[in-house]
Amino acid sequence: MNTSFRRAVGIAVLSTLGAAALAACGSPEASKEASKTVTLVTHDSFEVSEEVLKEFTKETGYQVKVLRGGDAGSAVNQAILSKGNPRGDVFFGVDNTMLSRALDAELFTPYEAKGLAKVPEEFQLDAAKHRVTPIDTGDVCVNYDRKYFADKKLDPPQTLDDLIKPAYKNLLVTENAATSSPGLAFLLATVGRYGEDGWQDYWKKLKANGVDMVDGWEQAYDDRFTGSAGGKKNGDRPLVVSYATSPPAEVFYGGGKNPEQAPTGVSTGTCFQQIEFAGLLDGAKNDKGGKELLDFLLSKAFQEDMPLKMFVNPVRDDAQLPEVFTKYGERIADPHNVAPERIAQHREQWVKQWSSLVK
Amino acid sequence: MAVPIAFFALFFGYPVAAIVSRGLRDGGQWQLARLGEVLAAPETGQVIWFTVWQAVASTVLTLAIALPSAYVFARFDFPGKHLLRAVVTVPFVLPTVVVGSAFLGLLGRGGVLDQAWGVRLDTGVWAILLAHVFFNYAVVIRTVGGLWGQLDPRQEEAARVLGASRFTAWRRVTLPALAPAVAAAALMVFLFTFTSFGIIQILGGARYATLEVEIYRQTAQFLDLPTAAVLTLLQFAAVGCLLGVHAWTVRRREAALRLVDAAHTSRRPRGAGQWALLWSQLAVMALLILLPLAGLAERSLAGPDGYGFAFYRALQAPPGAGSTFVVAPVAAIGNSLAYAAVATLIALVVGGLAAAALTRRTGRFVRGFDALLMLPLGTSAVTVGFGFLIALDEPPLDLRSSWILVPLAQALVGVPFVIRTMLPVLRAVDDRLREAAAVLGASPLRAWREVDLPLVRRALLIAAGFAFAVSLGEFGATVFIARPDAPTLPVAVERFLGRAGELNYGQAMALSTILMLVCAVTLLALERVRTNRSGEF
Repeated sequence: MNTSFRRAVGIAVLSTLGAAALAACGSPEASKEASKTVTLVTHDSFEVSEEVLKEFTKETGYQVKVLRGGDAGSAVNQAILSKGNPRGDVFFGVDNTMLSRALDAELFTPYEAKGLAKVPEEFQLDAAKHRVTPIDTGDVCVNYDRKYFADKKLDPPQTLDDLIKPAYKNLLVTENAATSSPGLAFLLATVGRYGEDGWQDYWKKLKANGVDMVDGWEQAYDDRFTGSAGGKKNGDRPLVVSYATSPPAEVFYGGGKNPEQAPTGVSTGTCFQQIEFAGLLDGAKNDKGGKELLDFLLSKAFQEDMPLKMFVNPVRDDAQLPEVFTKYGERIADPHNVAPERIAQHREQWVKQWSSLVK
Repeated sequence: MAVPIAFFALFFGYPVAAIVSRGLRDGGQWQLARLGEVLAAPETGQVIWFTVWQAVASTVLTLAIALPSAYVFARFDFPGKHLLRAVVTVPFVLPTVVVGSAFLGLLGRGGVLDQAWGVRLDTGVWAILLAHVFFNYAVVIRTVGGLWGQLDPRQEEAARVLGASRFTAWRRVTLPALAPAVAAAALMVFLFTFTSFGIIQILGGARYATLEVEIYRQTAQFLDLPTAAVLTLLQFAAVGCLLGVHAWTVRRREAALRLVDAAHTSRRPRGAGQWALLWSQLAVMALLILLPLAGLAERSLAGPDGYGFAFYRALQAPPGAGSTFVVAPVAAIGNSLAYAAVATLIALVVGGLAAAALTRRTGRFVRGFDALLMLPLGTSAVTVGFGFLIALDEPPLDLRSSWILVPLAQALVGVPFVIRTMLPVLRAVDDRLREAAAVLGASPLRAWREVDLPLVRRALLIAAGFAFAVSLGEFGATVFIARPDAPTLPVAVERFLGRAGELNYGQAMALSTILMLVCAVTLLALERVRTNRSGEF
């Protein structure tokens, strides 16, 4: 190629890279705008209604920019890596299994969000310092395919103890605790139930009873679970580790008329409770806007929008649940749990032990 | 050459070096002891062992299955050949999360074959190997088949006239001509399976891990950067060796072969043996590739009220009405196309300039550079993604929350394809043509327009098409980059799949089908402009 062509191409490259640089520093107008923008860093599952966001902008004058990156675990770790020079102002999506790691990394600046009085104390895991604010809860539980158990005239299992009974042999599929958040939560449910000494024994029995394991929720639920839309044709397991809110989601996204009963049910004695938190990032450029955003995340408007967007439960006790939740969902009264500090200390070791158990 | 070097240094070398050195340094001190510790750990040994042997097995299996098909594509004429060649390439450019699921839907437990004949493949080693064949089949077809089609069959015939047996003629004439292409294809398949990520995750569960999967676990899940850094270096070393060998075979392959137009070497099969070969290969393709893809399309049409376009209509749902998006999912298609277009532009400029530079110069340095440009294909997406995060974090290059990161990451994957496509064509342009034009009074621009452009235009189109298709399907790096609120198609599919409910599942299938169709159409368009020497792909 001759030189003039090269020059033309060189200009093209430079302008592409220049555009990149411009996009980075922002044009003069953009920096004026910057104070009016508040950036929320979160994971891929974050959703919110446009109307609710618009309401926030109307009330406070702040535009919300949402940055999503990977699943919850990798989003938290990305935030830890960019600590001190964060990409945004507020981080949403650190749950109790990752909480201690984020707090130890000093990721957040304390702020007591408005509306915290309406949040039950059991969810306020950092009540003394307010570095993080609880936003939502969700339970990871075994789900069952109602039709399968009705056809077999068999009662669906209700507790972890049930799952190792011969009647339920070769029925359960779960996720890889090393890479999947529900997989880890289910492992923690067994740690909560049987203690740090007893859980391995339980898993040996579970394995002997034919538990199968796949990598992620998508494979477990969509491909293997007979009760899901994808699994209806192909699945082979009527029990799956999923969420307590999966049955309402099945109805809500069923694409047809609402049935008498959700096609799937929840084994209420198998649950581990996940609490998701948000916090003001240390080094936030717009901490005033960030504080407003945290207040907003705890506002009734956002809390009542959340269930049908992310299929989680609001933490505010005065937030109204949509009908599809109250009618088809299950409130888990007494989930299993493990203290965040214990999880932080032992997580890797437990996951390693678990991996060698199920191999 | 300055532009590609700057591009790679800035958007590949620097981020990767940053994340690796973050792992290996502690308080300003290099922690080289970690290197030994991780290397000596029994887990590392197991991972390396599995990574190597599954890659060897996958490569052998892929060659065994795809080479006869490559012959069929090269030597036989049959209706729908171009369409078929485009379609078998689709898996190669689709995200694994989509096609892995389609593959399991056919061959897995409770899959179509299980229900029909009780044939099923549990997740495990065999499923991994077959899925690797499924994904890399096209690499062999395009690399080996492309060359095979251009070998003059008369050479073999001449040998037979001189008294050689059919086998001897093939062994002495065709095989030596073909061997470098087979070696190159084998190396590419080995590279892709050595660094396999999605397939191993989906089909291997917690039982099997490649280096790539382990790097992801250590980085994204445990944030154990020291271990991840050591494993990354290990993978680098292995991939570096592979690419070195690859660069060497590429050079050998460009040794003079008498090539003819592929259109003249293929004909309709004759005799029962040839027909049987053709049909058996068509059956393999139908079973291995077409059926899983068709299954995907079938599921996207199987709505709650029977077959129809219900899921496709749902994609246009305005925000709020049961949609899981801030914007209608249809917008994800637009996002993907826009990102892929920018990525293609970057890849063409960077890859085109690199190819031009590589044509002009020779020597060890240039060959090393050639291999270096392939390195992104063998580098873990999470390493690049997290590297962007800690390297490009200061003005003027604080790109961490800019949209340009997505096309930049996609371009890294697209560039090697551009180079591999452009290089052989550029090398074939005779310098004397340009000189003649100059002598006749053409300005340099005019000489380029009249001489170079017509010759490279088609190759440029093919390179653009391939970079575009690869960028469309790119998922690994994209997902590890914090993206401003504009999901790409594969990311949107993942989000739909990650949630219960028939509508979500159906919309995921519908979006996947759209992605598949766009890729297929792009590849089919490439078939139309294929040149004689269209490089490796």
